[in-house]
Amino acid sequence: MVTIKFFASLREEVGKNEVQIEAGEQLTIAKIWNQVCDGIPLPNHVLMAINMEYTDLNSLVKDGDEVAFFPPVTGG
Amino acid sequence: MLVKIIPNEFNPWKYLQEHELQAGKFGATATFIGTMRDYNVGDTVKSMFLEHYPNMTEKHLQKISNIALQRWDILDTLIIHRVGEILPGDNIVLVAAWAGHRAPAFEACRFLMEELKAKAPFWKRETLVNNEVRWVDAN
Repeated sequence: MVTIKFFASLREEVGKNEVQIEAGEQLTIAKIWNQVCDGIPLPNHVLMAINMEYTDLNSLVKDGDEVAFFPPVTGG
Repeated sequence: MLVKIIPNEFNPWKYLQEHELQAGKFGATATFIGTMRDYNVGDTVKSMFLEHYPNMTEKHLQKISNIALQRWDILDTLIIHRVGEILPGDNIVLVAAWAGHRAPAFEACRFLMEELKAKAPFWKRETLVNNEVRWVDAN
């Protein structure tokens, strides 16, 4: 299984906090977004991470990974 | 190196004292403290909620601390960041760098703060005086 988390305003836009999906072959971050987000287009400037490291849409995801999508950060 | 995410109000001066190196072993302490304003983009702000990504945030702050420790001739670093409900006047962040001399202390402190602002996963949601709630989208 792959765990997918959404944070901040993106969680509200997508209407999901956390979901789990089966890890298929050649599963990329882009495919995960399309599979989980019910046709919502990927907003500009969305950041993404695999296992808490920044990554990009073409990265491959494997079984057991944690994927996160979130808006630009505003800390400090 | 210390990185800490805390859900309650904190006294930055206490953290600086507690984390300070042995007297005589350092010559410069550069610090930055970020504090919540009661205004933003022309509106009066009543409170703010700071969300983070547990573990990724800490991991990212440790990563930039390690980069600073390798890149500059500094002795130690400290990052404290608030999360949760915050009120105007509350301290949001404390960044500090200790060194033998001022230049690397200033530079490392600035680097840590800029890197934190650019990439550390924190998000602000503010409540205005008219109770409108909105995510802050510019940093």
